Amino acid sequence: MKKLSTLTAALLAGAFLAFPAMASELRIGLNDDADVLDPAQSRTFVGRIVYTAMCDKLVDIDENMKIVPQLATEWAWSEEGKVLTMKIRDGVKFHDGETLDAAAVVATIERNMTLPESRRKSELSSVEKVEATGPLEVKFTLKTADVTLLAQLTDRAGMIVAPKVAKELGANFGSKPSCAGPFKFVERIQQDRIVLEKFADYWDKDKVLVDKVTYLPIPDTTVKLANLRSGDLDMAERISASDAESVKSDSNLTYADVIGPGYMAMYVNIGNGPRADNPLGKDKRLRQAFSLAIDREAIGQIVFEGTSKAGNQPYPPTSPWFNQNLPVPARDIEKAKQLMKEAGYETLDIELQHANNTTQTQMMQVIQSMVAEAGFNVTLKATEFATLLSEQTAGNYQLSRSDWSGRIDPDGNIHQFVTCKGGINDVKYCNPEVDKLLNDARASTDDAVRKEKYDAASVLLNEDMPIIYLGHQPYAYAISNKVKGWKPSPDGMIRLLGVSKD
Amino acid sequence: MPVYIGKRLLVAIPTLLIISIFVFSLQKLLPGDPILAMAGEERDPATIEFLREKYRLNDPMPIQYINWLGGVVTGDFGISLRTNQPVLELIGQKLPVTIQLAVMAMFFAMIIGIPIGILAAVKKNTWIDYTANIIALSGLSIPNFWLGIMLILLVSVQLGWLPASGYESIFVDPVRSIETMIMPAFVLGNALAATLMRHTRSAMVAVLSSDYIRTARAKGLSPWEVVMSHSFRNALLPVITLLALLFGELLAGAVLTEQIFTIPGFGKMTVDAVFTRDYAVVQGIVLCTAVGFILMNLLADIAYVLLNPRLRATI
Repeated sequence: MKKLSTLTAALLAGAFLAFPAMASELRIGLNDDADVLDPAQSRTFVGRIVYTAMCDKLVDIDENMKIVPQLATEWAWSEEGKVLTMKIRDGVKFHDGETLDAAAVVATIERNMTLPESRRKSELSSVEKVEATGPLEVKFTLKTADVTLLAQLTDRAGMIVAPKVAKELGANFGSKPSCAGPFKFVERIQQDRIVLEKFADYWDKDKVLVDKVTYLPIPDTTVKLANLRSGDLDMAERISASDAESVKSDSNLTYADVIGPGYMAMYVNIGNGPRADNPLGKDKRLRQAFSLAIDREAIGQIVFEGTSKAGNQPYPPTSPWFNQNLPVPARDIEKAKQLMKEAGYETLDIELQHANNTTQTQMMQVIQSMVAEAGFNVTLKATEFATLLSEQTAGNYQLSRSDWSGRIDPDGNIHQFVTCKGGINDVKYCNPEVDKLLNDARASTDDAVRKEKYDAASVLLNEDMPIIYLGHQPYAYAISNKVKGWKPSPDGMIRLLGVSKD
Repeated sequence: MPVYIGKRLLVAIPTLLIISIFVFSLQKLLPGDPILAMAGEERDPATIEFLREKYRLNDPMPIQYINWLGGVVTGDFGISLRTNQPVLELIGQKLPVTIQLAVMAMFFAMIIGIPIGILAAVKKNTWIDYTANIIALSGLSIPNFWLGIMLILLVSVQLGWLPASGYESIFVDPVRSIETMIMPAFVLGNALAATLMRHTRSAMVAVLSSDYIRTARAKGLSPWEVVMSHSFRNALLPVITLLALLFGELLAGAVLTEQIFTIPGFGKMTVDAVFTRDYAVVQGIVLCTAVGFILMNLLADIAYVLLNPRLRATI
């Protein structure tokens, strides 16, 4: 009996001691370390994942990529897409205790537009001015009609920061960020961790079910999975396709994926400097032949273990913006050879540059052998990413393989790449017809009209083929079964409202 | 002695200058533009121009170098292009982590390498010697990253004894700090242990066959005393040089080990800085490492003199 009571006492003491430690902590493994923790300056994907928990935005997206209210409760377009008015949610507090009102929204948007270090300028370039038209009402006046602005506000450009902190810290805001999201900043150790804790005054606090979130950058996938198995992590983002099977077979883990809004593509140098002067850059039949020689389904199976989706347009086939009249083509070697012949070639030498990671190298080798059957002799040139980027911008390439992470609005996946003055038109494609369609699509507030324009542009681009689209990568996650109520979002962000941990 | 140290330090200055010029030029020769990577996916031209101005990347190269050097002399190593933090602050954060890792790795290397080396020398050409050789050879041949991942799978995932990766400062939580460092330090120390063992063995073999050892044995000293007090102290000289040189190698080896165990140290910072063309950070790191090497060599020379009275007259 005595033994039993000692045991009970010990258990009770243990329970009391353990109680403070019961506060639930979610540990999330990221692929990389975030950069500056300032929504105005940030440029990394992992940074956006952290902000999703820390900084609420004017508007958010739902699982179908539809725009839904967050800090703005309602909005309306007027004057044919040139004025946007938004009603701001009442009673929202920032992490530092300030109240979020129309003035704070104006201050943030102006900061994003004017801070010299800001990376948000191009996202907000259509904004002429932003003003508070009431304590909780904001009016955006645009230089030209641009309905894509709303989609920009679902991301960093629409994250409202605490005005006092932003003013005091300026470009150094990232050292002690203060926003209006469900979790507030606690500490950051470069390349090691970012710690957030539950914000008690969050406007939707009933949905915040964990007390602490820690983000740990772990670049090596094997190590990331080992951490997940040993319980040091609760969730890992962007696990590699080759690990999907082993996650699925682990009874303590759950696998989840979703096709992202981005694309994988090859850029053909059409008019960017002297290196564009080659048969592939000059003759669209050769580009069409190259595209037809690729088996896009097979690439998905071989390189991505079937987790990716084959594609031939800037939007995935699952997107409402995908032109259904241009289905992903099946491989057709005969037709490819015929197109080659029409262009006057039996064989053609091409140099293809790509990033030197395992997945890319494998993917390019598969394509190399596929197109060889149609007569293309592809030489692969592997470079690391910083070099690839500058070569592509400078036009020092013939064919270049790179990815686009994707935007919510279709405009973000196409306009700047193929319009004559597009900021990242590295292929230097210029077709006034395409320009007109894409500019008109940007100006219309009617989705049906926009869809028509994008469909028409897709047809032209599919004919000229300055960019050979290959497919769409998934965002894949491994999650511990202890985590409840989480599902992936199509933008790859990790949303934590309603998520709990046993 | 102080005069000697002073002279050595003065000689180090031109060495450092040459190294910094060399690295500066090498970096600029690398293709790739840090600003493009920094400007974000959209690469807005106005932002790019602003950043180029801010980091003075529009100046001619010699001017950029002189600007940098001027900063260094006044204690300003520049700002990281990637994180906006001062380089010196970054180094100050990362260096202690790697030094802790290096010291622990050195500890593992010594407790494994030196005893086995002595044992192999004493039992020369027996099965013990051969076994020690095999261990050394495999220690050298097993790649760091493979051993690291295998250890994580065994010790953390299967047995659950140690955390799989991560880092805790020794001043915040010493126990956790040591726990997270054991595996990486072992992995890093393992390769060095092999080198250390081979050198200890050959130095000991040479000493053990010299005349004064025969005399010591003839005097009737115990085998322990002969080996430890008479042979080992003399054999220690080349081993110490090696330790100093290996310490530099530790910093280099730390790159892979830190990457695998996600330790936020010097090595990981170096890799990230090179890949993002974070010029100021790479420059700072190289300078810091060069200073480390020079100091370690100096320490080795001083230790020589302290351990070997015969050398004292030469200074």
